[in-house]
Amino acid sequence: MGRIAALTRNPVMMALVASLAIAGCASKKTPNSAADLGLSGAGAATPGSAQDFTVNIGDRIFFDTDSSSIRADAQTTLSRQAQWLNQYGQYAIVIEGHADERGTREYNLALGARRAAATRDFLVARGVSGQRLKTISYGKERPVAVCDDISCWSQNRRAVTTLSGAGS
Amino acid sequence: MKSILKPLLMIVAMALGTTAAATLPAWALVELNVNKGNVEPLPIAITDFQGGDALGAEISGIVSADLKRSGLFAPIDKSAFIEKISNPDATPRFEDWKVINAQALVTGSVSKEADGRVRAQYRLWDTFAGQQMSGEQFFANDANTRRVAHIIADAIYERLTGEKGYFDTRVVFIDESGAKNARKKRLAIMDQDGANVRYLSNGKSIVLTPRFSPNRQEITYMSYESGQPKVYLLQIETGQRELVGDFPGMTFAPRFSPDGQKVIMSLLRDDGNSNIFAMDLRSRSTTRLTNSAAIDTSPSYSPDGSKVVFTSDRGGRAQIYVMGADGSGQTRISFGDGVYSTPVWSPRGDLIAFTKQTAGEFQIGVMRIDGSGERILSTGFQQEGPTWAPNGRVLMFFRDSAGGPKLVSVDLTGRNEQSIPTANFASDPAWSPLLE
Repeated sequence: MGRIAALTRNPVMMALVASLAIAGCASKKTPNSAADLGLSGAGAATPGSAQDFTVNIGDRIFFDTDSSSIRADAQTTLSRQAQWLNQYGQYAIVIEGHADERGTREYNLALGARRAAATRDFLVARGVSGQRLKTISYGKERPVAVCDDISCWSQNRRAVTTLSGAGS
Repeated sequence: MKSILKPLLMIVAMALGTTAAATLPAWALVELNVNKGNVEPLPIAITDFQGGDALGAEISGIVSADLKRSGLFAPIDKSAFIEKISNPDATPRFEDWKVINAQALVTGSVSKEADGRVRAQYRLWDTFAGQQMSGEQFFANDANTRRVAHIIADAIYERLTGEKGYFDTRVVFIDESGAKNARKKRLAIMDQDGANVRYLSNGKSIVLTPRFSPNRQEITYMSYESGQPKVYLLQIETGQRELVGDFPGMTFAPRFSPDGQKVIMSLLRDDGNSNIFAMDLRSRSTTRLTNSAAIDTSPSYSPDGSKVVFTSDRGGRAQIYVMGADGSGQTRISFGDGVYSTPVWSPRGDLIAFTKQTAGEFQIGVMRIDGSGERILSTGFQQEGPTWAPNGRVLMFFRDSAGGPKLVSVDLTGRNEQSIPTANFASDPAWSPLLE
């Protein structure tokens, strides 16, 4: 037998790249707050402004764990949103769906997408034109609350209605 | 922007003749049996490789660390060594090694050739049988000593266990830095032990879930760079990137088929549910594999390409399902108490690794491909996303604690857990195949 484990290895060409030109597609600077939109900081929001929407209408709704059902409290918020959006037709709308961290990454991307779609469908049913509405899921990648307990997770299970491409 | 495109290493292996005219049966000193009780790691003496000054000690140090982290070997402290090896090719004084209970002994040398190449050789000795078990030498065209050391560790592991090693492998992962609500996420690649980290993206866009192609030259991953999250391909060597498919909605959860010709992934439908598609990378044709009003995601091929395991919540909560590669015969296989996701088929074909959420905790476990024989290997507050070492004996996953995720490996016994050192937080590891 005389087995000497001689592993025959093919010559290996190995090449790794240090840093690649992942073209840094410098994301367009998008306004992400009322102030960025050129609105007055504090004080009364101008009716019809993004600040008005965020402060007086409420730009977000929350979900139960692993659910994309629109809760009763969320229905109230979304009905207000629909009325406002129908009144101020100049805004394009992106609905962001988010999940808490108590799920795996890929599943939560899908869950966030389902929440965004459920929110969109509710607004459409309340008369907002589907042409104005886009959705995006951030899964659990964009938490707003960052502690490790239930109060945080419930704030992160959300759908945020953003105007003119504004981030949440 | 650096662009290192030259080959770093050329390795040529050849067998070294044995000095003892021994005939050895093809047995292994270490038995791999995940069902056995505590396996005592094999005491092994790994002497500093001769020559090359610090290089020799560096190589033996890497070999020793690899073998130790596998949990199957217990490298003996060098201060206990009696015989000082001066000629690594000469038959050692086996008595000196038996007395410190070294059941195996590694000697070796390293030198620079006239043409600039590095030559490294090792011999593996069975001290109790008084025989050489194996010996090889390697030539590298660059001083990538870490890689030579990993290849030597693989050779020793294979000779002593009878199974392929996994040390000459790489891991792609997501490097995470910054505050939790504004994490910068970058694609990164490193050796399986955490060395030689290189970044493959600049962190301006969220990137997630990188996975290797079978030939290790390409990865598929998901990025937000276009605004909508989409699946991309990246050639590691050239940096060339390409969008996979032209779909209206989000695409995510990509993986290669075992032949590298297809990418399987989830595609978001307009109704908010996600289904699984496979795209042929040559013909660009896509095949829908699932069509349910549910979340279907995290698809992973069996190693022969005939089946796909995936996550679906079509039954209410997320569970694991198996189907034919054409979408036929979709069958639920997980029935335990909890929520199951991220199934990944073992490269050996025998097991499926998963993340399970139960009783407020996250577990990493394995089950047979029919869902039977579930075994939990690790339990924690927040951990997920197992990936298999190419020999199907070790899993790596990420665990969130102390403010962010870090990489952890665990073997199939569940008893040998090791943390993988990374400079920043790290998530979504995907282990490379071995090069044949």
